[in-house]
Amino acid sequence: MQFTLKVWRQKSQSSKGAIETYHLSDISEDMSFLEMFDVLNDKLIRDKKDPIAFDHDCREGICGMCSMFINGEAHGPGRNVTTCQLHMRSFKDGDTIYVEPWRSSAFPIVKDLTVDRSAFDRIIQSGGYVSVNTSGATQDANAIPIPKEDADSAFDAATCIGCGACVATCKNSSAMLFVSAKVSQLSLLPQGQTEANNRVQRMVNQMDAEGFGNCTNTGACEVECPKGISLTNIARMNREFMKSSVG
Amino acid sequence: MNTFKQPNWLDPAPFLEGVERINTLNSRIPTGPLEQKWEKHKGEIKLVNPANKRLIDIIIVGSGLAGSSAAASLAEMGYNVKVFCFQDSPRRAHSIAAQGGINAAKNYQNDGDSTYRLFYDTVKGGDYRSREANVYRLAEVSGSIIDQCVAQGVPFAREYGGLLDNRSFGGVQVSRTFYAKGQTGQQLLLGAYSALSRQISKGKIELLNRHEMMDVVVIDGKARGIIARNLVTGEIQRHGAHAVVLCTGGYGNVFYLSTNAMGSNSSAAWKAHKRGAYFGNPNFVQIHPTCIPVSGHYQSKLTLMSESLRNDGRIWVPKNLDDAQAIRNGELSPNDLEENQRDYYLERRYPAFGNLVPRDVASRAAKERCDEGYGVNKTGQAVFLDFASAIERYGKTEASTRNLKSPTKSQIIELGKAVVKSKYGNLFDMYQQITADNPYETPMKIYPAIHYSMGGIWVDYNLMTTIPGLYAAGEANFSDHGANRLGASALMQGLADGYFVLPYTIGDYLADEIRTGQISTDTIEFEQAENQVKATLDKLINTNGDIPVDDFHRRLGLIMWEYCGMSRNEKGLKKAIILIKKLRDEFYSNLYVPGDVNDFNPELEKAYRVADFLELGELMCIDALNRKESCGGHFREESQTDEGEALRDDDNYTYVSAWEYRGDPSDPKLHKELLKYDNIEVKQRSYK
Repeated sequence: MQFTLKVWRQKSQSSKGAIETYHLSDISEDMSFLEMFDVLNDKLIRDKKDPIAFDHDCREGICGMCSMFINGEAHGPGRNVTTCQLHMRSFKDGDTIYVEPWRSSAFPIVKDLTVDRSAFDRIIQSGGYVSVNTSGATQDANAIPIPKEDADSAFDAATCIGCGACVATCKNSSAMLFVSAKVSQLSLLPQGQTEANNRVQRMVNQMDAEGFGNCTNTGACEVECPKGISLTNIARMNREFMKSSVG
Repeated sequence: MNTFKQPNWLDPAPFLEGVERINTLNSRIPTGPLEQKWEKHKGEIKLVNPANKRLIDIIIVGSGLAGSSAAASLAEMGYNVKVFCFQDSPRRAHSIAAQGGINAAKNYQNDGDSTYRLFYDTVKGGDYRSREANVYRLAEVSGSIIDQCVAQGVPFAREYGGLLDNRSFGGVQVSRTFYAKGQTGQQLLLGAYSALSRQISKGKIELLNRHEMMDVVVIDGKARGIIARNLVTGEIQRHGAHAVVLCTGGYGNVFYLSTNAMGSNSSAAWKAHKRGAYFGNPNFVQIHPTCIPVSGHYQSKLTLMSESLRNDGRIWVPKNLDDAQAIRNGELSPNDLEENQRDYYLERRYPAFGNLVPRDVASRAAKERCDEGYGVNKTGQAVFLDFASAIERYGKTEASTRNLKSPTKSQIIELGKAVVKSKYGNLFDMYQQITADNPYETPMKIYPAIHYSMGGIWVDYNLMTTIPGLYAAGEANFSDHGANRLGASALMQGLADGYFVLPYTIGDYLADEIRTGQISTDTIEFEQAENQVKATLDKLINTNGDIPVDDFHRRLGLIMWEYCGMSRNEKGLKKAIILIKKLRDEFYSNLYVPGDVNDFNPELEKAYRVADFLELGELMCIDALNRKESCGGHFREESQTDEGEALRDDDNYTYVSAWEYRGDPSDPKLHKELLKYDNIEVKQRSYK
């Protein structure tokens, strides 16, 4: 297969970026999108040019590090996949593919397609945990039965990989899906109840302080989320937030 | 006044009377009966009082299960902690990718499990090459891990009654594995990450993300800090501390293709090794039997399909060579073969454990069939993992539960698929995404791949390396899994070390550090280490040859896989050593690294890591050459039973190989830690 790639190049946060064009041939349909980038970078390096910087690590869709905005979609075409799990068979031979970084003022560009997502870490630090020490001197794991449905819903919310596709795809750069996934997970479990009010207040405040926008219920985040995190989490977080504000 | 006395690791332990003194490492295992050692040790260990803990700085390198859990625990205790990770966030550490589960001897299923049985299974699974006392401690604290994780809000799988669910893993006959679908590592890591985040918010932990440890700094024989590189700016930094803990994971990427993350590397461990930390059993790496096979030369990594699939999947190849050929050519579909035309070779060879034999056994059996010509994909290096009978079995149960009278075959299949989907849905989706095959309709194709390093930095019972003040936890150390790790035990060990072992044992050393005061980085040792790092980086970037670093890495991987992979022999290992040396020479004469040293430069990061892999690879071959027996994942062709099973040589090799670096990667010195089994009968491992 062959492709024309239009890739965003930007040397650093402060420098001006631009789209550059590359042509690739001999691409196998079994390659992952990132392996196609490996091939391109190999070529650039052998030509003594600057390779394209992009984040990636596990390459099996779970670490949340890869983050490419492909043809106007976070993680490209296909649902429930990260960029690393996207394969070239999803494209047509001869396609022109546009690749850009996540764009949000809360995710400043480090270089090319690499952005800084530490705002997400700071949101978790503001309250995305149960305040229990790691002494091991807790009660037996089976002391509190948890209805399977609740445990499963908590798990579904907890599968968020923190990649930031929701922010990148939202016209408001809202981080509501990410934040609500953690709020939901903990509010669905008895262990997280005690500090539920504080948690949601602090996380929402931190989210606002980081410069993420508001949610206007377009639902784009849910569509692009590689883990299929549901919009109902946002509704649940709003309820939790209301409850904590009046309670 | 410095009161610390350098422990003498070369002192033989009391039980080693009559053994050659000079070559024996002392693991400093507490005396007393096995089941009392840990409690007794905890009772006798030196403590640091809360006020003094505030005067002590600890550096943790790595933010996976071991690193995050250790950092959170130590910070809660009052120590000042700095955590370093090379990723953009600590939540990306590769523990996140562990799929199947975590073992604990809870005996919730009432199937006869106990601390002793978990201990027994782990020592036997490790082919009697792990340290008895460490493994017992691991089994002992396993239950607390589950309690702890549930308290943190880890959403484990549950039964309809609301209690925790379990499943089985290879090499055991009980159900003791706790899980969260196929994403157990993710959920446990996010639990540890939340505990870490909580301490960051309290100011007890300073997080340095996108920072890589470049070297350990040793002053007067003790670890006193590290040299780190800010990966965004390229700045080289000095960080002092009273103790340094390496939680830097395994070194499977020495093979280039593995189930490890792209960034997983051995550099922290290797730099520590070059500063005096012995490297234990470097050749012991685990080859996982169920991975998606290689599809082409551009392949950048291999993806695991969880061992939990072997609960329900049956592994087979065609019985006839002609059928295998036809399948490879795409002329025959696996579904066309009748039961009697299939060879369920694990069930045939190992009736007692069947498809749930340990990983090393399953991997070798797959290689054996493929070597004989029965492989089922284009490259001939794949076997089937088939869910058809599980789908039918579950379908029947489900039909009966729903009171369906005489359900049709297709009804049964549909019901069965739904059950399988609920158990393994995400794995099936992942498989389909990568291969474009639908595993609900046609069997998966799988092949073994490098997965986990049982070997690692040598540590004593306190998890301290041979450099006082330098610790290693999780996959980075060598201690608990012997020559083969059982499934769902890596998560257990990472969290055991971080939550429940290291926080106690580190006090024994730090109690003597309360009067030391802050560690100054303005010393000749820090300066020398920093200059050395800078010189290495300059050398890499100024080589200015023609070949990108990945090219060297890929070639090293091929050498390692061919000669130091699933099956090894003397001739091949000797050849590999020569090839690696040649490749190393070429690396330093023809490498090309683009960009600048003082900049965000992923190619330079890779070059720094591959330079270390090129030395570690040689040590692995030297170690494999030294160990003339077969054991666990280490299969020496010269040492096998008539039936082709691994044959140990207990008289000569019941020891841990601990290698000392002496200035030249080709000339390490071997030290031995003799292993003694007082509480378990050592016998030929059998799963038949």
